[in-house]
Amino acid sequence: MINTLIGDIGHASVIVAFVAAVVSSYAYFMAARNRTEASGDTSWRNFARIAFYVHSAAVLLIIFSLFNIIYEHRYEYYYAWSHSSNHLPLHFMISCFWEGQEGSFLLWIFWHVVLGIALIGFGRKNKVWEAPVMAMFSFVQLFLTSMILGVVIGDLKIGSSPFILMRDFMSDAPVFAMDPNFVPQDGTGLNPLLQNYWMVIHPPTLFLGFAATLVPFAFAMAGLWKGKFTEWVKPALPWTHFAAVTLGVGTIMGAYWAYETLNFGGYWNWDPVENAVYIPWLVLVGAIHTMVAYRRSKQGLRASFILVIATFILILYATFLTRSGILGNASVHSFTDLGLSGQLFTYLAAFAVMAVALLIYRWKKIPATQKELSTYNAEFWVFIGAAVLCLAGFQVFATTSIPVYNSFMGFIGFETNIALPADQIEHYTKFQLWAGVAIAVLTGIGQLLWWKKADKQSFKDAITMPLMLTLLFSSLIIILSNRFDIFDFKLDNPVYITLFVTSLFAVFANLSIILGLLHKKITLSGGAVSHIGVALMLLGILFSSGYSNIISQNNSGLLYSREFSDELNRDNVLLWRNEAIDMDKYSVSYRGQFFEVSDVPEYVSKELIFRTADEYMAIARGDIKVGDKVYFKTGDTIELPSPENTYYQLEYKEREGNNSFVLYPRAQVNESMGLLASPDIKSFATKDLYTHVSSIPDPNEEKDWGELKEYDVAAGDTLIINDYIAIINGIEPIKQVPGVQMAAGDVAVQADIKVMGEKKTYHAHPIFLIKDQMVGRLPEEVEDLGLRITFMNIDPENNRFKIGVNATQKDYVILKAMEKPFVNVLWIGSIIMSIGFIMAIFRRNEEGNPKPKKTSKPQSKREVQAV
Amino acid sequence: MKKSHIIGIVVIAVAIMIIMSTAGDASTYVSFGEAIERAEDGDMTKVHVVGRLKKDQQDHIVGMQYDPIKDPNYFTFMLVDTNRVEQQVVYYNPKPQDFERSEQVVITGNMQQNVFVADKILLKCPSKYVEKDVAKTASL
Repeated sequence: MINTLIGDIGHASVIVAFVAAVVSSYAYFMAARNRTEASGDTSWRNFARIAFYVHSAAVLLIIFSLFNIIYEHRYEYYYAWSHSSNHLPLHFMISCFWEGQEGSFLLWIFWHVVLGIALIGFGRKNKVWEAPVMAMFSFVQLFLTSMILGVVIGDLKIGSSPFILMRDFMSDAPVFAMDPNFVPQDGTGLNPLLQNYWMVIHPPTLFLGFAATLVPFAFAMAGLWKGKFTEWVKPALPWTHFAAVTLGVGTIMGAYWAYETLNFGGYWNWDPVENAVYIPWLVLVGAIHTMVAYRRSKQGLRASFILVIATFILILYATFLTRSGILGNASVHSFTDLGLSGQLFTYLAAFAVMAVALLIYRWKKIPATQKELSTYNAEFWVFIGAAVLCLAGFQVFATTSIPVYNSFMGFIGFETNIALPADQIEHYTKFQLWAGVAIAVLTGIGQLLWWKKADKQSFKDAITMPLMLTLLFSSLIIILSNRFDIFDFKLDNPVYITLFVTSLFAVFANLSIILGLLHKKITLSGGAVSHIGVALMLLGILFSSGYSNIISQNNSGLLYSREFSDELNRDNVLLWRNEAIDMDKYSVSYRGQFFEVSDVPEYVSKELIFRTADEYMAIARGDIKVGDKVYFKTGDTIELPSPENTYYQLEYKEREGNNSFVLYPRAQVNESMGLLASPDIKSFATKDLYTHVSSIPDPNEEKDWGELKEYDVAAGDTLIINDYIAIINGIEPIKQVPGVQMAAGDVAVQADIKVMGEKKTYHAHPIFLIKDQMVGRLPEEVEDLGLRITFMNIDPENNRFKIGVNATQKDYVILKAMEKPFVNVLWIGSIIMSIGFIMAIFRRNEEGNPKPKKTSKPQSKREVQAV
Repeated sequence: MKKSHIIGIVVIAVAIMIIMSTAGDASTYVSFGEAIERAEDGDMTKVHVVGRLKKDQQDHIVGMQYDPIKDPNYFTFMLVDTNRVEQQVVYYNPKPQDFERSEQVVITGNMQQNVFVADKILLKCPSKYVEKDVAKTASL
């Protein structure tokens, strides 16, 4: 039955939300006019507030409707059908919500609503900002809600509604011509790569970061508009920190997801989708620096305006890049094109033009000091740091936009064929690495000067200790790594040494700041803490990427002459089942295919699972136990939560030493996306061992079984099948056959055959059954040995029976394994950086809302800074 | 000259450097003919080639070879570029699993001796979104 009500509620709510955003932005605009403000008339503001609350309520209703469609499996709606399916657990239904463009727009809209309401609350204390800031908010909401409006006027399509019915979306499909009320039984499901817990929390965090960049932008625009050129910095600063930390954490979560789920062998691929967030983040961090410098010394106001505005425009640009389809071939994972590129461009252009025009118009009025900064002024180095961040962002921007140049040239009538650099990693690294070096040095110098008197002598005193420690430690590690074989890496590349030494310097310099602030006021050390985090991240990136080491080198000796026989990469190794291969210091064996079974804490061997017609249900062929605990008995029905995923058991054993561990890299053959392989990672203190499957025998191709060989046997016989010794223990009648409904008069007999493999003994139980007077044979496969044994026939008179044996090629996997030294340092660094940001939010928020009793605080802070 | 001016000039200089290096590192989409010409001129820069797999009348893919048992890191196939020029391509990695289904293939690499050595293969498969088969879920 088609439920059109919920879609109508949703669609109506979208329209209400859009109209309310229009009303609210107009009313806030009226409320923000000088005349209204001067008259003390609050009616416009109150009206605008109501409109914004109506907008908020409508947005919540849209979200409720869309989630209801997914949660209740209403496949009459295209959104549910294309993003969800019956077997998804609740947390992945939440990810379905934002898998599609419309849902992710909604997520973004939702965060603007939350932040908007928080700002209205904030505005009650600080009345001057509410109207102009919220006018900007509502104006943005107007554009965003228009993206999901789904209204067609003539040839003009405005927005793409998530509430479109299947029959309207696929009006050509014959099934709807036959029966307009047809409802599909199941959806096509969530992209398997997104079925990961990080995909439940990464998008909301990232979009909260996106949304939070609007706050400083709205304050900056309000400042320009209302002529409050200096006052906006103070209330905007904690929000700028908030935006930076959420955007940063969101990006790192995405990187960690990629590391854990995708198999390109790292956490960052310089994909346009990743870059699109990295660029505004760099500029945003630059903006924080100029704003903080302005708060201290009244310098850098114009730069703050430029960077805050640029951040927001770049966020819109990121949206345009990833959602308009302009990237085409250049990206693996951008959204599909919904035909919104015109609308997205309008959104981008409207704000870019408005902001830049307002800035130029007001430029002359923005106060700027002509005072020259001395080299011993911390602000001088802070500005250079901001410039380095922006240049780093600009470099990524220039390259990521290459597909845009082609489109633009095509638009004005020239055909160009520029492509992204062939070796992107090399291209980006050659700038980003040096930006990292510069930033490491600048964080050290900048922080040391920030907390000292601005003269030569005190700077010398401050820098001596960190510099000495840096030289000591770095020379120690460089010598140890090159002369003695105690590390996994040899630090001999001068470029890497530079980054290593400068990052160490940043750690020690900032550490000395924290130690100095410990007995003064530790809450002030947010900057130093986050700078240590950044330095650690640089170190983590240096080692995990620079010294990533592929250990699955193919040295099987099977190499034969091809076009080239030399040094070309041979990074993938073929592993026959149960035949160990040496990799690095390990001996690695592939032990078989495993599945996830509900309520069993470990993966279960495929050999214990009898699949049924229902993919998600199976029957246990034997007792399923972990340790001594039996979870399921033979014949029990078991549930497979993810039948599409196969886990390949790999045993790593140290050749010298007794340590061993097991990894389960995952793979699935997806109908529309091919082989999706996810790695399994073994973490050690100093490195990660990262292993993924790179190819498997095609599961859709029928196995190539050899000719059937028949044996006429009796209980107790021993025979040799395909080079393995087999003992026939006997036959026994059985009552239950997995997957077969036994009726009265049906007979089933199973043979019990023991096969001696190289490593262990296998029991095969092929079944012979007579059901409804028909003969049925259920062969059993011993995958480890590549054997299939069939119970062919029975001769009850002579107590003899016949078995048939087919042999096939053994099972194999092709895999790639690599070591990533110190990748943990990157994750730890990102956590420390976030802690630093959060400390800064609290500090700047306190400054923004000085509590009455703490009126003396600003002075005391000055003192600390002056010491 | 003030310090801020010097910094401004340095920033602009670096920005120009970035633009020039981007232009220098940017690759291009070319045909096999041009890739061969480049190789003959000794230009080993990597290029992008767009093409389709070579198929016979029965729609079977021709000239594709991957035998993981012999060598899991050797995959070769014939690609026909937009000018209908055929070229053998070698990829020193396992065969991408959904390779046969791809409609269009974009490869990155260069000509070495008589083969095009690709280090990246990008497959364009029939769109997951538009051509989803309703009838399939309908029959369930």
